[in-house]
Amino acid sequence: MITAERKPMEEILECINPYNRILLVGCNECVTVCAAGGRKEVGLLSTALQMAFMKEGRTLEVKEITLERQCDPEYVEELITYIDQVEAVLSMACGCGVQEIARRYATKPVFPAVNTKFMGASERQGVWSERCRGCGDCLLGLTGGICPIARCSKRLMNGPCGGSTKGKCEISPDVDCAWNLIWERLKALGLEKKYEEIMVAKDWRPSWHGGPRRIIREDMAE
Amino acid sequence: MGNFEPVIVAFCCHYCAYTAADMAGSMRLSYPSNVKIVRVPCTGKVDTKHILQAFHKGADGVYVAGCLEGDCHFKNGNIKAARRVARVKKLLSEIGIEEERVEMITMSAGMGERFAQTATDITEKIRNLGPNPVKNIRDGQKQPA
Amino acid sequence: MKTDSVVEKVLKSGQLVVTSECGPPRGANPDKVREKAEMLRGYVDGVNVTDNQTAMVRMSSLSACIIIKQMGMDPILQMVCRDRNRLAMQSEVLGAYAHGINTMLCLSGDHIHFGDHPMATNVYDLDSVQAIQMVKKMRDEGKFQGGADIDTPPKMFIGAAANPFADPFELRVARLAKKVKAGVDFIQTQCIYNMEKFETWMKGVCERGLHKQVAILPGITPMKTVGMAKYMKNRVPGMDVPDEIVKRMGGVPKEQQAEEGMKIAVEQIQRLREVEGVAGFHIMAIEWEQKVPELVERAGLLPRPKF
Repeated sequence: MITAERKPMEEILECINPYNRILLVGCNECVTVCAAGGRKEVGLLSTALQMAFMKEGRTLEVKEITLERQCDPEYVEELITYIDQVEAVLSMACGCGVQEIARRYATKPVFPAVNTKFMGASERQGVWSERCRGCGDCLLGLTGGICPIARCSKRLMNGPCGGSTKGKCEISPDVDCAWNLIWERLKALGLEKKYEEIMVAKDWRPSWHGGPRRIIREDMAE
Repeated sequence: MGNFEPVIVAFCCHYCAYTAADMAGSMRLSYPSNVKIVRVPCTGKVDTKHILQAFHKGADGVYVAGCLEGDCHFKNGNIKAARRVARVKKLLSEIGIEEERVEMITMSAGMGERFAQTATDITEKIRNLGPNPVKNIRDGQKQPA
Repeated sequence: MKTDSVVEKVLKSGQLVVTSECGPPRGANPDKVREKAEMLRGYVDGVNVTDNQTAMVRMSSLSACIIIKQMGMDPILQMVCRDRNRLAMQSEVLGAYAHGINTMLCLSGDHIHFGDHPMATNVYDLDSVQAIQMVKKMRDEGKFQGGADIDTPPKMFIGAAANPFADPFELRVARLAKKVKAGVDFIQTQCIYNMEKFETWMKGVCERGLHKQVAILPGITPMKTVGMAKYMKNRVPGMDVPDEIVKRMGGVPKEQQAEEGMKIAVEQIQRLREVEGVAGFHIMAIEWEQKVPELVERAGLLPRPKF
């Protein structure tokens, strides 16, 4: 999923300070799962913002709505009923959702209430960690299902650096050494030999370095 | 601030604090009438949103009273509640409201005295803090100097 | 001979190579480079010039290399993958060679997290193995990494680093094998204090015949104080300092610790030169460059060959 984290309240308040009526839009997808911008977080933020305004002797009208998917035009269309009643939109979706609202409602200011972080997996209750950088040319088949692009701090593709200590990365004892994980996994699979194959310099064109990316499915695209 | 009577909401677990409140009653222990008790089946059922809503509606203080550590009837509802209280504390301080206005308390069903004492202490603490700044606006009063 | 590198010439002659290093200044004063390098003249075959070492901004390795080259000495250009992409790396290799610099070291580089610009981006377009492949291709095939021909290819003698002590230990020989496969000519290792562990690693290296394909120069760093020994033991990732060393350093009065550190270093060199596969030494006297000549002399590594 795409993970996110609520922005500091101060920053959010600064964004919406000029307004008295806002639409607070959550998303039922990834940000709900990572507890950053689903219905519940929308309710909580709404109350907190209203209280912050009241404290300053002002009132803030908040229309709360959580869309099925904020990155899809058909769901963002649902906001049409409310958009004229508000001065601005505050979105709790990932950056994709915020941008979809900006695209659809050209004259309405929209602000992000969360910082979009990474594509990750749930490690345990309340903990998410990065798994994929979307490099566009998946090499997990070569590395035992563990990604060195996303999980090695130096994106090394040919083994652990000299800072790997007891299975941890040199930057922090809280970070696993990706190459240690890869090596353990290759051993478990009996594929130690695979490690000795050199991974040549990566072609970064399919990744973010090739400019903004797009997928077109000929059989579906209209 | 002399005649300020705070409104305190206490979310009390049915298995401990709520029973302790009863016990206090039958022991004829008096505690301030400022404390409004909301009985919950477990403090684990108290959501962050409920606590924040209490403040939004004008409570001056809120506390969540659950079982002693290890005694939760639902295994760890009280631990979850304590974490949510911590989250509300952070939220409150982010919007400039004293985080001391919310607390997590634990006790057993037999601690009538502790219930009464806690109610008295918290009421006193909130009285000293003054009214919830949000409530003042709501009631159209001036912020006390 | 693949190159005109003095390091290669010494190796070819069958003698032990001695290299040392010079960290460029955190400023634009060229005299600081000259001072440090001058101390090493006649005592080493090559002077590594670090590249934004520990991710702290310093005078560029290439510029400091040029200054040293102009002094008539032999610099070794260190190049990390952290700070530049393959375009910048290749253009620097060309520029270095144009200035007569013919020996270099391909490194991943310390993570930005440790330096004075932790807010910067990490580049890592390539890793060290891929950087070795790239420089080798430039030299042997006369082609850029992207495939185009080079007019006057740079003939670099290619070095890399190895840390025999990092985890997972069982992977460390294989990691070296990968660098050898990529085409590395010589290896400078992390500072060696744990002799037994280094010898175990070397045994693995020799069993695979890697010592015949690459020259291995163990890293030697004399300790100044017991404090330094403790710091290296506890705080530097991937460093293995046995308790005996800390004890030995702590066992002498403070004013004799520097001498004890020198003694240890001399003994280490004397022991390691007997180990199969050891082709020389890389002496890293951190902020203690003035001691390198004395150490080289006491270890019996003088005189240095002339070509």
